[in-house]
Amino acid sequence: MNSRGVLDTIGGSLGGIFARNAMDAPADIESAALRSDRFRLEREGDWRRLEGIIAAMERGGLRGVDDDDLLALPTLYRTAASSLAVARETSLDMATLQYLESLVQRAWFQVYGPRKGLFAWMREFLMGGWSRAVRALWLDICISLFVMVAGTIVGWLLVAQDTEWFYRLVGERMAGGRVPGASRESLEATLAVEETSSGLSTFAASLFSNNAGVAILAFALGFAFGIPSLLLLVHNLALLGAMMWVFADAGLAYEFGGWLSIHGTTELFAILLAGAAGLHIGRSMAFPGKDGVLDAAAAAGRRSAVVMLGVVIMMIIAALLEAFPRQLVDGANNRYLIGGIFLAFWLSYFFLFRIAEPGGEVQLSGSDA
Amino acid sequence: MSSAAATPVRTAPDPDSKRARTMVTPEGIAIPITIAARSSRLGALLLDLFILIGGLILIDTVIGAISSSLFGSAGQDSGAGALASQEFLNIVRIIFAFFAWYGYFLVQELGPRGATLGKRILGIRVAARGGGRLTPEAVIARNLLRDVEVFYPMIYLLVALILSLIGKAESGLLWAAVAWFLLFALFPCFNRDAMRAGDIVAGTFVVEAPRTKLAEAISTKGAAARDSASEITGARYEFGDAELGIYGERELKTLERMLREGNEEALAAVHATICRKIGWDPGAGDERAFLEAFYAQLRARLENNMRFGKRKADKFS
Repeated sequence: MNSRGVLDTIGGSLGGIFARNAMDAPADIESAALRSDRFRLEREGDWRRLEGIIAAMERGGLRGVDDDDLLALPTLYRTAASSLAVARETSLDMATLQYLESLVQRAWFQVYGPRKGLFAWMREFLMGGWSRAVRALWLDICISLFVMVAGTIVGWLLVAQDTEWFYRLVGERMAGGRVPGASRESLEATLAVEETSSGLSTFAASLFSNNAGVAILAFALGFAFGIPSLLLLVHNLALLGAMMWVFADAGLAYEFGGWLSIHGTTELFAILLAGAAGLHIGRSMAFPGKDGVLDAAAAAGRRSAVVMLGVVIMMIIAALLEAFPRQLVDGANNRYLIGGIFLAFWLSYFFLFRIAEPGGEVQLSGSDA
Repeated sequence: MSSAAATPVRTAPDPDSKRARTMVTPEGIAIPITIAARSSRLGALLLDLFILIGGLILIDTVIGAISSSLFGSAGQDSGAGALASQEFLNIVRIIFAFFAWYGYFLVQELGPRGATLGKRILGIRVAARGGGRLTPEAVIARNLLRDVEVFYPMIYLLVALILSLIGKAESGLLWAAVAWFLLFALFPCFNRDAMRAGDIVAGTFVVEAPRTKLAEAISTKGAAARDSASEITGARYEFGDAELGIYGERELKTLERMLREGNEEALAAVHATICRKIGWDPGAGDERAFLEAFYAQLRARLENNMRFGKRKADKFS
């Protein structure tokens, strides 16, 4: 099957060139003795024409198909499908049956294939699909937000009670001098701007890769009923809470807030959405409602996937903010300003930017569930 | 598992097969489909990983070679400029790897064939469960999950293995990695449709996508077209009702397959068997004409009975 598969794939691309020649098959219909053979010979031309159109569509979408063929496609598809139904009841020619089954299946995949290209879909996604999907997850976003706030408070309280917790949560390596009891000066230095911008762009790219990975993990772990997603959120935010305590202890709470908010409003928002998307899947699997578990999971998965694509975009923006403005813009007030502008932008984009859903079958938010 | 598909004439989805499903289109047409074998899916994944990682390493090497030849000749004196270009190249590498990793699967599965290169080579494709349209969000969902199923456990396992090799291992870590890996790797083995976790979340499954060519009808050529007369001897083979009545549709199917394969020894054996069954004296040298005539007449009889609602599945019925 495998070597044949390879040949078929290669042959498939060549096949289109010869498909038209093959259309004038010998149609010696009268001489065929069997009724099923006459049936086949009468319709073979149509089948081969359909096969040619399908092969062209498989190669390059609708570009390689001329208008006449395109108009004929639905009719040819239905002809082939009804031929299959008739052949099943009247013909024992396996070659015909197998060919028709494969042909109808291929035609079906093309007729009901993805209607939009990736770029048309992306446009729809940015112009309302994304924010609609986010709004559909409002309950999960509320739960995730609660969990994140709780995680921060827990981290803060743990370290406030016993500074040993800091090392357990953060780890020596990642802390990089930002440890409990560090002097105000050394902590201030970690918040300061860099002298030059060199090295920062690589930093941004790796940050993005890393953060997007965490977000995708938070989403994908939702599969286990959402619990690992929530744990991941708690862990990451407890870390943040611990760090906050260290700076607040040194009287740098306001500066730390500015340092964090410049990219944090975008990044934490993205993590919030990723966790909510994961939770959404987990919740719909744990409580599928009147649909089956599989249907509920699939509907939730499609809705969440739209949100997740947006999360990746937010992560790119957050990484750029983290690498450049955060390291280059000085002064807590400026930093708060930039962070606040982004937060206001996201909130209004998601919750005020309401465009009516386009009619038809194309539904980004998957509200067909 | 796919032994049935290994024959040159691709067998139709056998209705008895565990992997056969029927998809009902919105027009109400039932289309038989076959769930892709788990072995082909594993093969497709390995092929894709091989292509993707191989391609990334190749491109990375090329970028590295170009940059070193550019900056190697410029020497050390260009300082800051070279550093900035080097940095730019690093960003290009990281971003390129990221988009290649997700783009490779996304773009190809959203294409008209609904399959990555590896899947196409193995003749399988992604389809929406339940006969709907394969949507972009479904493809995105199933590919995001792939990370947790394949990518992270692989890295995790690798790290744990290396740690254990240098003797720093906590065996707990290794076992957790193995368990994680096995959980998702074996996931498709525990449901009927061979879905992995990503398929469940996206509402998709992977099916076989046969590209069968229309083979010529045996009953319109050869001895069957010449009124059952042999080309070599000129003899006409005529079979009576009782002689044709011993076989059913399954035997007809087998005979058709063997005639298409055209293995002379096998044909001779079949010829001898049929002659023995119907009490003819098996000659030699004219097996093909005999079998073609027998095929055409058996088919004519079975199809004729079919029209009256009488079907004979095999020789036992």
